[in-house]
Amino acid sequence: MAISVDPGTVVSKPPDAAPPVWTRRRREALAGYAFVAPDLIGLLIFVGLPMVLALGVSLFSVDGFGGYTFVGLDNFRQMAGDTQLWQSVKVTFTYMVTFVPIGFVVSLGLALLVRDHFPGVGLVRTMFFLPHVISLVVVGVVWQFLLVDKQGAVPALLRPFGLGEVSFLGNPALALGSLVAISIWFLMGYQMLILLGGLKDIPKEYEEAARVDGATAWQRFRHVIWPLLRPTSFFVLVNSTVGAVTGLQAFDLVYVLTKGGPAGSTSTVVFYIYQQAFTFNNYGYAAALTTAVVAFLVVATGLMFGATKGGRFDVG
Amino acid sequence: MSVRLRALAGYVLAAITVAPLVWLLVSVLKPADELFQVSVPSRLTLDNLLYVLTEVPIGRYMLNSAVVSVAVTVVALVLHSMAAYALARLRFPGRQVIFSVIVSTLLVSLPVILVPLFLVARQLGLLDTYAGLILPAIFHAFGIFLLRQYYLTIPRELEEAADLDGCGYFRRWWQVVVPLSRPILASLSVLFFLANWNAFLWPLTATRDPDLRMVQVGIATLQGQYGSAWNYVLAATVVAAVPTLIAFVLGQRRLVEAIKTSGLK
Repeated sequence: MAISVDPGTVVSKPPDAAPPVWTRRRREALAGYAFVAPDLIGLLIFVGLPMVLALGVSLFSVDGFGGYTFVGLDNFRQMAGDTQLWQSVKVTFTYMVTFVPIGFVVSLGLALLVRDHFPGVGLVRTMFFLPHVISLVVVGVVWQFLLVDKQGAVPALLRPFGLGEVSFLGNPALALGSLVAISIWFLMGYQMLILLGGLKDIPKEYEEAARVDGATAWQRFRHVIWPLLRPTSFFVLVNSTVGAVTGLQAFDLVYVLTKGGPAGSTSTVVFYIYQQAFTFNNYGYAAALTTAVVAFLVVATGLMFGATKGGRFDVG
Repeated sequence: MSVRLRALAGYVLAAITVAPLVWLLVSVLKPADELFQVSVPSRLTLDNLLYVLTEVPIGRYMLNSAVVSVAVTVVALVLHSMAAYALARLRFPGRQVIFSVIVSTLLVSLPVILVPLFLVARQLGLLDTYAGLILPAIFHAFGIFLLRQYYLTIPRELEEAADLDGCGYFRRWWQVVVPLSRPILASLSVLFFLANWNAFLWPLTATRDPDLRMVQVGIATLQGQYGSAWNYVLAATVVAAVPTLIAFVLGQRRLVEAIKTSGLK
């Protein structure tokens, strides 16, 4: 193998030599840019540009053939009087405040349950995680099938309790609840795994010491496990909050399961934006809604970061 | 809770969790007219699966999904690994700013930027093309971030040794860093493959051409077309889930590791 000489590091230069044009530092910088460029450019085109574009397009009215008419802030004014939009904000908010805490408690419960060894614990963990492997489309189809009015497996199971005639997806009061429950079923195994990782990092000795001191199971959880699990819990909660507002389950599942119905009871904000753009061709209005959501996210994340002193994002 | 009690609770809850999926499998093997009967089927049949495999272009849908998923996974891993290596190891002006910009894109999920992304793709002529399905799916900060954290833990000495042997930056990355990061690359490849195989929203938005339908879009279309012919829709979901399950079984350990670390580091 031919050995090329790298000036500046390997070979010691005579002290009076002029610095070469290709200094080590310059070469390293150049390599750095070359390595980062493809990903950075891609992210700028397919994430950055759309964000900027949303802001621009939101000032226009766009027809289905791509004709743009400048309308100023009309799209934003339209939001105030859009009752369907506020309905979808309410749906998203209700979804968030039920799905996030219940999902967290369920996931944490499962993690504590399967933390220590018992025969078959690995298989049990896998079974909890299995729904998460399946696509949301399949999840939606399966649950729609299970919940079919009168005939589905769930109504059949509930019939002995006199609840067999309840319509889960046809009743506005129950459709959103079903969506929350299915989302939890889908996500709990994933959150359980993350929390399990956090639990494994807590030294057993701490709990043993508390046990020796006569702490009950609840006291051990409250005063030993819970404080030490806080960073992991924080991550899980932020993750599922962001997911509840803007995540795929707020679209895919809604699209397959209910199409936002009945009576808009499961129409999340992201589903509403999709409809505005691709059902009604209101790209300008959809872009304005996108801008509003991005602004909301930036503010909300800023607040969360401020409140937690930057979380613990970048350790490197 | 005693071990025995915990084990029992675990078994029962796990059984309840997977019951819907077991029910799906059993239903697909039932004759159509017994689909909604909650009883032992009178006979098991492959008719539903055979119908879907022969009468519905599910093979085409799965091929599209396979091409897109594999392409995205391979290209994304190469590009992310390069970027992560530079961000972890190479010094260049603006590195911190670039890293912050990349990480901040983690905030934005696809449903949020869907509409403007669609307009960008339309302008670039990417709608109804394989490139349109593949390119936007490649660029995601999650992989870059995770790989960078991993590369920070690789001892510098190994690279310095390569440097002394006269390796340039490209060969140091390809011949030292990439082989050392095989475990995490394997984890990410399972993760990326599953995410893309299961992708629905972008394929739904970016394609109208039935020949370009990816498998999840195909299922949703069937759901619309076949309405109450549940036996066929369910059979299609089972067929579509097979590759996911294979990827999961093959990569389970790696997947679990990736998920645990993504929550901690």
